Order: sequence, then C-alpha cells, then structure tokens
Amino acid sequence: MNKLPYINGLTLVLLLSAMSAPAFAGSEDVVVENAWSRASIGVNRPGAAYMTVHNTGEDTVTLTGLTTPLAVMPQIHETKTNADGVSSMAPADEITIEPGQSVALEPGGLHAMLMKLQNPMIEGETFPLTLTFSDGGEVTVEVPILGIAARGPES
Amino acid sequence: MQRRHVVQYGAAGVGAVALMLGVGWWRADGPGAPKPAGQRPLPLSAMDFRLTDHEGNEVGPETLIGRPTMVFFGFTYCPDVCPTTLSDISGWLEDLGDEAAQMNVVFITVDPERDTVEAMAEYVGYFHPAIRGWTGPANQVARAAEGFRASYERVPAEGGDYTMNHTASVFLFDAKGELVTMIDYHEPREFAVPKIRRALKEDVEGVT
Ligand SMILES: [Cu+2]
Repeated sequence: MNKLPYINGLTLVLLLSAMSAPAFAGSEDVVVENAWSRASIGVNRPGAAYMTVHNTGEDTVTLTGLTTPLAVMPQIHETKTNADGVSSMAPADEITIEPGQSVALEPGGLHAMLMKLQNPMIEGETFPLTLTFSDGGEVTVEVPILGIAARGPES
Repeated sequence: MQRRHVVQYGAAGVGAVALMLGVGWWRADGPGAPKPAGQRPLPLSAMDFRLTDHEGNEVGPETLIGRPTMVFFGFTYCPDVCPTTLSDISGWLEDLGDEAAQMNVVFITVDPERDTVEAMAEYVGYFHPAIRGWTGPANQVARAAEGFRASYERVPAEGGDYTMNHTASVFLFDAKGELVTMIDYHEPREFAVPKIRRALKEDVEGVT
C-alpha cells in the first residue's frame, strides 16, 4: 500500500488488474519535468534535448536508454570538460536515480543526443521522447522545441 | 586582486603553469586529460592565419586588432556545448548592450570540412548579430588554433559520423590584441560579464 498516492481514482477492478499485470519496480514513479530542446538546421546535425528526471517512488530506478520517432539513434550522452578546457562528448553510463532524487539533463552535462534525425526540429513543435528503464518500464514525454539559441526551458 | 593575479600570470610562464595545475590538478584525472597545460595564447599580433568570415571577407588576426575581442572555437554540428556557449555569449552581449557594441566577437570552426562559409552564415544568424563566423582551409584553422593554444580533435561517432573535441573556453583580448583573460565553460554569468568589462576597460586604458 505504499503506492497509495498513485492509485487515487482507480477502481477496485483496475487495481486488481494492475496487481495481476507485470509490475514495474520503480519506473512508474518517474516524473519528467522541464523538458526542452533546440530547433535544428535540417536533419544532418544531431539534436539535443534536456530535462529533469525525478524519481518520486521508493525504489531506485536505472535509466538505460531512449527511443523516439524523431531520431534513428537517440542516446544519453555526457559532455565533459577537462582541466585544459577541452570539451568532449560520449555515451553516458546507465543512470541510477535513488528514491526521491532527480537527475538533470542540462547543457554541458548529460543530454539526450538525437542522432540521425528523421525530420528537422522546428521551433514551436514538440516530439515524443521515451525513456526506458531497467525494470522494463517506459516514460514518454512530449519535448517542446525552442529556438536554436534557447538557453533553458523558460526561454 | 584578481586582476593583478592575471597580469602576473601572464608575465611568468612558469607561474602560469603552476597556477593552472593548482586550479586543475584535482579534476585532471578524467579521460582525455592531461594535455600540456598552461600554454597562454599568443598576442593577436604574433598570430598568423588566413580565414574567411561568414560574409566571404578575408580575415586574419590583424582584423581583430584595434577593438577588444572575444573568440570561441567550436563547430556547427555540435549539439550541446557550442549552441550553449554561443547563446551564453549572446546573453552577455545583451547584458552589456552599448558597452560591447565596439567589440569583435568571433566563432572559429574547428570542423572546416562541414562548416563552409554558407553553413557558418546560416548558423551564426541564429545568435547575437555581433557574432562573426570564421572558417577556411584546414591548415589555416590549425594555425589559428595553434596561436590561441586551443586544441581540437576529430572523434569517430557511431553510424559513420564524427564529432569534435575542442577547447570550449572563450578568449578575451584587449584592443591591442593582448590576452586579458579567458572565460571557462560553465563559468557563471556574474563572473563572465565583469571579465568582458575588463577587456573593454583595458582598451580604454591602452588608448590613453
Ligand atoms: Cu552528445
């Protein structure tokens, strides 16, 4: 019953069917906030999307990957800047989020790298991005596309 | 105090190395580090390279002398660091308003293979109108980077593409072409804008 806040409004029938369905250990309590991305120039350049991934549940969750109809090769990347000021970017390791904690995908750190775009990213539009977790669960978020020079979700 | 520090840091190369190592040693153990640290960019007057700006004009280091200058290396296929830095620079320029109106602001590509003059023109058009985009033959880009002591490296990416590792610091020069300071990536705006003001002010001092 520790999931009580999340079954508000469910009927007993739904509750029973949910309990008999395969249960995801944690990812159903993941909330994605402040998602945003920048518009692209055409489809040849990779895009990037940012967001905060909040684990509101009581189990540790592990973010393992991404899928989106927008890009053939979406991947969680991490930018690192070394002591000499040289920045590089590489696929990130699996991202573990403890209960109650958040992980920020933000400029200059973790980002959803959108390689091989299927369509240009057009300012004002949105696209669905699905986060996949090690428990088999998925969370899909609609990511707003802001201008190329956008600095954050509010700009 | 801070300013004095930087001036002395320029005067003594050994001191510069020591300072950079002192600041950076504790995070110098990541992948890719360390490279020869502490190399200070040359004065613009000692650099030698020929590039083309995004409007097709021939440019070189001498183009920048006479006004304070801000330079950043990057590439237009860069999804994260470069648009972030260019939008940061745009924000700094907006904050400074008329103060920065006489400043050169240059984005030099480290990926001339993909960043043609046309590509640079389209890309810089999305940022502050003061920002100029410079590109050119690979050997001239290499000479420019050498002068600024910037480094870059082509890295294969999955799917046959490639990306570029590159120096992400912003270089600030006074109107005489002497390095004033650098703005490191991730440096908060409350530090960046005063640094730019310093480059602008040294211009005034240099003229008098
Ligand atoms: Cu990336």
